[in-house]
Amino acid sequence: MSLKKSFAAATAMAGAITALSFMAAGSARAQGALVMYCGVQEEWCRAMTTAFERETGIKVSMTRKSSGEIYAQVKAESQNPRADIWWGGTGDPHMQAAEEGLTEEYKSPKMSELQDWAVRQWEQSKNRTVGIYSGALGFGYNTDLVQSKKIPEPKCWADLLKPELKDEVQVADPNSSGTAYTLLATIVQIMGEDKGFEYLKALHKNVNQYTKSGAAPAKAVALGETTAGITFMHDMVTMVVDKAPVKVVAPCEGTGYEIGSMSIIKGAKNMDSAKKFYDWALTADAQKLGADAKSYQVPSNKNTPVPPQAPKLTDIKLINFDFAKYGSSAERKRLLSKWDNEVKNLPK
Amino acid sequence: MSRATLGWIVLGWVGFALLPWYGFNGAASSVSDYFVSGSALVHGLRGAWWLLPILVPLGMALVPVLRAGEATKGRWLVAAGLSGLALIILQGFAIGLNGWTLDILRSAFGEPGPRQAGMGYGAALTSTAFLIVLCHGLAARGWCRGDAFVTSSIGVVIALITVFVFFPVTTILASAFADNNGNFAPAEFVAKFLDKSIWGLDCLSSNLRCGVAWNTLFLGLLVGVGTTALGLAFALIATRTGFRYKKLLRVMSVLPIITPPFVIGLALILLFGRSGALSAVLWDWFGIPRSRWIYGLPGVLIAQLLAFTPIAFLVLIGVVQGISPTLEEASQTLRAKSWTTFWTVTLPLMRPGLANAFLLGFVESLADFGNPLVLGGNYEVLSTKIFFAVVGAQQDQGRAAVLSIILLAFTLGAFWLQHAWLGKKVYTTVTGKGDSGIPLPLPRRVALASYLTAIPWAMFTVVIYVMIGVGAFVRSMGRDYTPTLEHFLTAFRIERSGSGLYFSGSAWDSFFATVKVAALSAPLTAAIGLLTAYLLTRQRFSGQRSFEFGTLLSFAIPGTVVGVSYILAFNVPPIEITGTGFILVMCFVFRNMPVGVRSGIATLSQIDKSLDEASLTLGARSATTMRRVVLPLLRPAIVASLVYSFVRAMTAVSAVIFLVTAEYNMATTYIVGRVEAGEFGLAIAYSTVLIVVMLLAIVAIQLAVGERRLGRRSASTAPSPVAVQAVP
Repeated sequence: MSLKKSFAAATAMAGAITALSFMAAGSARAQGALVMYCGVQEEWCRAMTTAFERETGIKVSMTRKSSGEIYAQVKAESQNPRADIWWGGTGDPHMQAAEEGLTEEYKSPKMSELQDWAVRQWEQSKNRTVGIYSGALGFGYNTDLVQSKKIPEPKCWADLLKPELKDEVQVADPNSSGTAYTLLATIVQIMGEDKGFEYLKALHKNVNQYTKSGAAPAKAVALGETTAGITFMHDMVTMVVDKAPVKVVAPCEGTGYEIGSMSIIKGAKNMDSAKKFYDWALTADAQKLGADAKSYQVPSNKNTPVPPQAPKLTDIKLINFDFAKYGSSAERKRLLSKWDNEVKNLPK
Repeated sequence: MSRATLGWIVLGWVGFALLPWYGFNGAASSVSDYFVSGSALVHGLRGAWWLLPILVPLGMALVPVLRAGEATKGRWLVAAGLSGLALIILQGFAIGLNGWTLDILRSAFGEPGPRQAGMGYGAALTSTAFLIVLCHGLAARGWCRGDAFVTSSIGVVIALITVFVFFPVTTILASAFADNNGNFAPAEFVAKFLDKSIWGLDCLSSNLRCGVAWNTLFLGLLVGVGTTALGLAFALIATRTGFRYKKLLRVMSVLPIITPPFVIGLALILLFGRSGALSAVLWDWFGIPRSRWIYGLPGVLIAQLLAFTPIAFLVLIGVVQGISPTLEEASQTLRAKSWTTFWTVTLPLMRPGLANAFLLGFVESLADFGNPLVLGGNYEVLSTKIFFAVVGAQQDQGRAAVLSIILLAFTLGAFWLQHAWLGKKVYTTVTGKGDSGIPLPLPRRVALASYLTAIPWAMFTVVIYVMIGVGAFVRSMGRDYTPTLEHFLTAFRIERSGSGLYFSGSAWDSFFATVKVAALSAPLTAAIGLLTAYLLTRQRFSGQRSFEFGTLLSFAIPGTVVGVSYILAFNVPPIEITGTGFILVMCFVFRNMPVGVRSGIATLSQIDKSLDEASLTLGARSATTMRRVVLPLLRPAIVASLVYSFVRAMTAVSAVIFLVTAEYNMATTYIVGRVEAGEFGLAIAYSTVLIVVMLLAIVAIQLAVGERRLGRRSASTAPSPVAVQAVP
């Protein structure tokens, strides 16, 4: 190709392209959509998504992750939020996000239908997160193993310290699991900080493994890999429903609980849809879906029928859990590093 | 002016004036809308004044087309390319989604300043054009012997590594020096770095735990040595013996690599756990008490050896095959015994392969996340620690970054040691000269040792996979062995409705997305990896070592950190690609590229340079030489990197857990969710489906790439060439 020709071709091209550019028109985009990060079990997430789509016609894009992962992602995306609503998962990361202003304040017209604990959490978070279900902490044991080893049935937190259960208790590491952090905070609130740490040190001798995930001990109990495991009671109930030889225990001294929460992401691109979902998710009809999806938490709307398999909150001695104090990042850091130094590094 | 240069200049114009400059997701309602109206030129004329200066370098690139002066041509092209890239980068980083991004600009020009979205196709094309024009200009000025193909390749690879490795990694490592509010806090870094839980040595003196750094290092060394030994045993049996069940051995040795994470760990628990099948047998028959020994170092070690031996095997088989029999024959002619020959000739020639296999095993072990998560017990390693520093109850990104720096240091240390060990020796054995000797059969000791390691291991693998196979078809593994197809129906149900087939199974979405992403990323990974390997071994340019270091960097960084860093770096303009399938593809390409690079280097360092030189002397250009001479000889490396990247795209967890969206959900994150929910059956069933898909893909890749023929006769009596490479 000769130089002149090349230049002619190039200039013609450039000219044509430039000319084309001047004939331009704008474009607009509009859609009824909702992007949801879902922190509970896949099955429940799906049920919620399809039910809401059927009800409103709003297309939901749902991604399921653990609540810690969702928090990390919401924080990383805070400059340019991708999600509109964060539904489900244990309350601590929701409270943390509220503290850091990653979520939006909102008062739903459905607030009056909610249980006290849900409203209290909403107030403590300065209107940024609301309880949708709650689950009490407890433990479960493998009935086959308990019988074959002739261990008396454990009923209280104190029973877990018995020498017969040496290396037979499993619980998650509070550094990685919200469940185990709830245990730490619960014990400290029941027994006081000094006595509580004495208890945890004694428990350390009986713990065979600090798992990473909070619900893992439930599976280990069901499979007989450990005799007893400390988890939220509804995680153990799931194993019982699956016909595993597991008995669920609500400790006699009283116990703490988690509040599964819901928050609207600050700067959500589909704010209207997010609010619509928020209101809908607080109704009894929406909360009924949990039991169908084999999740046996206690719903926050007073009118929702409590699933028959769910641990009865009336049978459980619930402590007055201070979510504001034990959910704050400063207190959490302090307790966790104390636990690391005084408990985890102890010899067995 | 070459036609290629001219073409790129035109493409630069197209990107600037025709294609949409912003956004990858923007919906276009009509064709004219999509072309022209969103272009930088239109935006520039409508108020986005900062885009207009880019016209100047675009014009500058046209100058050498007009003027004939060869001498100044290069200078104009370099100037155009450099200033074009600089302008695009500058405006991209200075003006963000919410106005000015820098405090200086905000105070100088007032808040909030102009806004713009992330770059789109137009910006990408124009930037690429500027880059290539720059490289062509450098070639015209005599760089790399004036070879524009070489300079462009180097330029493109460097640019890609900068954007997809260095940029995100710097973003996250910067947070190691910041407190939780993002302020600069070096003291906090030092405190976190010297923490006792990282470096403690208590396990030596008492029964306390050692620091997580030592744990990781110890495990990595064990796994590196173990996988190299096992991989070598398999490779020797496969290439140098007449073993009858070679095919089976090959399948057995490769199955673990295509197994989604968690599954091997799960199978090990169901076998060796306290209530596991084997433990029950041992208790019933021999009275060996059931224990929990599998949780901790032994369990993780076994699982990682199972998972990573295939990688060592893939690297070593190419190397063992490539060793020229001539040298061995020479040794025997000089009356060396077969053992002496093996020890002094064969083994030293394998050194690049052994070093690479060890390096990969070590690095893989360091970055592995799934197995320590399931089997780690109280044995903590850095990768899980990092994950839970990000998502756990502490939510401390700075700590995660500090731990990543330590992990990174270990990997790079291994890389450096490997270089020191290989030194400057020459390992070339594939030359253009006739070397149609017969590879020696193995000395008896070596053969025996290979059989004794490989066969029990292969049988163990069989047992593990039988467990997995059973797990997919029974109600609940370990408790209820009623046969059922329920898991497959839940995941992969297909219903026939009025309008055709409806994929109602819960796993279909993630399955299709995964296959799509894997199929896209595999060829890209192989291409970029092998191109890089070629540049590293065959070309000499300044900064080569740091270039090599850059290619290894993404591999060294644990997946979780990569995932978070990708979100931090790519969720805001100028490059805004989170939520697209593209970010997943890029993540996989740059995470898996090092395997392509390593196996490419290992294979290339065996092929004599005189082969390329002969081609060049005969007048072929670099690109032609690459296509006609180098690539056919590289077939084992191509297969290795294609297979590896396809498989890894289907089985990676930690990197993608932050990148998946509703539209692009990956199979592995779905499986992790099922494992978390305790639905082992469904998880295992889904995994078996993935295994079958990957097996099919591997066979397809094998058929498509074909066999390398070195003109050597085979040592064993009857293996067809297909058998040797049937499953890599």
